[in-house]
Amino acid sequence: MGLEEKLPSGFLLTTVEQAAGWVRKASVFPATFGLACCAIEMMTTGAGRYDLARFGMEVFRGSPRQADLMIVAGRVSQKMAPVLRQVYDQMPNPKWVISMGVCASSGGMFNNYAIVQGVDHIVPVDIYLPGCPPRPEMLLDAILKLHQKIQSSKLGVNAEEAAREAEEAALKALPTIELKGLLR
Amino acid sequence: MSDETPNPEKDLSAQNLPGQRGEHGEEVRVQRGMFGANNGGDTSGYGGLVRSIRLPGPATRPYGGWFDEVADELEGALEEQGLLPENAIEKTVVDRGELTFHIEREHLVRVARTLRDDPALRFELCTGVSGVHYPGDKGRELHAVYHLRSLTHGRLIRLETSAPDTDPHLPSLVAVYPTNDWHERETYDFFGIVFDGHPALTRIMMPDDWQGHPQRKDYPLGGIAIEYKGAQIPAPDQRRSYS
Amino acid sequence: MSTSHASPRETTEGTVYTVTGGDWEEVVQSAAKADDERIIVNMGPQHPSTHGVLRLILEIDGETVTEARCGIGYLHTGIEKNLEYRTWTQGTTFVTRMDYLTSFYNETAYCLGVEKLLGITDQIPDRASVIRVLLMELNRLSSHLVCIATGGMELGATTIMIYGFRDREMILDLYELITGLRMNHAFIRPGGLAQDLPPGAVDAVREFVKTMKKNLPEYDKLATGNPIFKARMQDVGYLDLTGCMALGATGPILRSAGLPHDLRKTDPYCGYEDYDFEVPTADTCDSYGRFLVRLEEMRQSLRIVEQCLDRLEPGDVMVGDKKIAWPAQLALGVDGLGNSMDHIAKIMGTSMEALIHHFKLVTEGFRVPAGQAYAAVESPKGELGVHVVSDGGTRPFRVHFRDPSFTNLQAMAAMCEGGQVADVIVAVASIDPVMGGVDR
Repeated sequence: MGLEEKLPSGFLLTTVEQAAGWVRKASVFPATFGLACCAIEMMTTGAGRYDLARFGMEVFRGSPRQADLMIVAGRVSQKMAPVLRQVYDQMPNPKWVISMGVCASSGGMFNNYAIVQGVDHIVPVDIYLPGCPPRPEMLLDAILKLHQKIQSSKLGVNAEEAAREAEEAALKALPTIELKGLLR
Repeated sequence: MSDETPNPEKDLSAQNLPGQRGEHGEEVRVQRGMFGANNGGDTSGYGGLVRSIRLPGPATRPYGGWFDEVADELEGALEEQGLLPENAIEKTVVDRGELTFHIEREHLVRVARTLRDDPALRFELCTGVSGVHYPGDKGRELHAVYHLRSLTHGRLIRLETSAPDTDPHLPSLVAVYPTNDWHERETYDFFGIVFDGHPALTRIMMPDDWQGHPQRKDYPLGGIAIEYKGAQIPAPDQRRSYS
Repeated sequence: MSTSHASPRETTEGTVYTVTGGDWEEVVQSAAKADDERIIVNMGPQHPSTHGVLRLILEIDGETVTEARCGIGYLHTGIEKNLEYRTWTQGTTFVTRMDYLTSFYNETAYCLGVEKLLGITDQIPDRASVIRVLLMELNRLSSHLVCIATGGMELGATTIMIYGFRDREMILDLYELITGLRMNHAFIRPGGLAQDLPPGAVDAVREFVKTMKKNLPEYDKLATGNPIFKARMQDVGYLDLTGCMALGATGPILRSAGLPHDLRKTDPYCGYEDYDFEVPTADTCDSYGRFLVRLEEMRQSLRIVEQCLDRLEPGDVMVGDKKIAWPAQLALGVDGLGNSMDHIAKIMGTSMEALIHHFKLVTEGFRVPAGQAYAAVESPKGELGVHVVSDGGTRPFRVHFRDPSFTNLQAMAAMCEGGQVADVIVAVASIDPVMGGVDR
């Protein structure tokens, strides 16, 4: 086009992927999916001291159709699982999931009949956030890490390619029980 | 817990061990060995010890404090209604500063109504029902425990009633204490006790299509084994433990 | 395509349109076609303005709610069952996660129950009881702050939410200083406390009381006289004394109906009979009255906190009975709070008996004589009762919590039916149910 020659170097010279990622990461709309103790910490993160507004995320959407991030904050019971999946299905693509707290990530201390042992049984999870409950700072950290992930996400053909690679890697991955040595 | 019947001769020598209260209470458990571990070989030499653990037995008069007053009033009020108190009140237990009336299930509603309405008793507030499953208490496995509070007199008593596993029916107290609505649904959900006369006895906590009643002793905890650094840690109810 | 979101179905009661999200216009059209305006609205379990995962099923006729029902159990965690597979001491770790806004009340109620079973209620050191009261009253403040904050947010008053969380954050800082955790403390243990107050805690609490005394009147200025706030809350969620007694409602709901019933006064525990405080009541029986009662309770809690600070005397925080007292001693190391190195050196190096004792008590736990007990505390939401049953073993045979949120939530139907849809939110907010407590 010739436009890039006339502009100072580094300015406007980016890929559509990076531009889209940059725009997307700066306007994430979380859905309110508060379940238990973690929900209180999630609300605290939105309130004065920790101020999620600094990252353009203070508007928690009540409707999943207006949200693209689901923060699963708390233990997911067997009764809640279908609801959670339905809410996830109602969210428009692209969408991300943060599994907040050990209960959402693995069932945590509630290893029993009532609790789903990890929300990744129901929905794909992007970020696992440990803690019982995680401090607001930890949630902020998880959100910033998610921002990085969104920033580097692919588009179009590249996205399909990335999805296929991820799928293949997942199929090849050893189950945890077969892994040897220190797992880090 | 072992399912063998206890040996009474062996039991006699163990009367003074801790965890032993009263002679006439219901037997809740038979403990073998000294340390309560029930898997793995016993190398301690105490493996032959057998003792039965009993809940507190019935108390004899005087019960002490305001307990006698409440018991007298209740018995008097039941007699006035033409009901022999000993038919309705199976036994009275005083333990740890708390008064418990064990009520025959047929008379539960009438006793509760009397306790609520009699001016000298006035137990206005029921704090709900708590189910307890005693698999060892044959013929009366399912217990329902009610705590009644009198705001007028500042008292708290406990009613206990039981039903066998084969016929898990108890009368509903919703007509007397409407607050028991959800509590009875919860107890039904967790223990399978059917409260006859409840307006809408459905599951409340578990999903409607759930199988079984999860807080009964014969229902497993339902945990899964955890994989960690190449090893497997069994679910909490399958780990080695002491009881 | 056009009927995918609102498909009609013939039932004995007429045509029923089941709507699952999406096209509101179709819903309106279908509703217009029907000859009456009866619509059943499902609110939740995931909805921004129901406390937690509460599901409300409302049958509405125009704007009026004709029938209201709750669907609960979406946060059922099986804590009561899980307790049966852990030792009595480990139980506190579970119960603190029930009603996560009132952790210290859950812990205290459970520990009082266990102590009653053990028969050591009189042996609890005074200092432990005073610290328990101190923590519970701080907890009452933080719980009421969340109630007022989220309640305000549900009315659309976001400022009050920011204010509430600002003040709650200060209390959480105190928790963190004292217990090491912001939430889910497991600090109160059968027999006493996990450890003593750290240095500087008393001064920090005093400082907090000073700040809080300055901040509390702000709620008055912001909300109490606010005409919008009053218009939304007054005469909404009405439940009179008869209704409260029948439905077993306790706490601010009962006190807003005019009855000064408070277990701290009528059935004192932890030495509450020695503290000087009042039980606030209102006679309006409505949401506004409950708000005022909560506000006044926060002032009274501050009074109790001050008295606790004056009452603190050096001493033990765990019972003397070494067969029950948790043998660990904690100390602050470079990597945070952990076992005291001196203590470990002692039990590992010099005393075989101490090592065996430590091992037995930690892995096996103490035995609790067979029997049952009921202990109740006045939590910010009402009577929190614990029914504990022991079979003489090292683990609970059965623990049942009578959670005030669970019982109070039953009153929702009585409060909402006949009112407007918008008032349902206000009424539920005034009950202040926490689903962790409701479902356990």
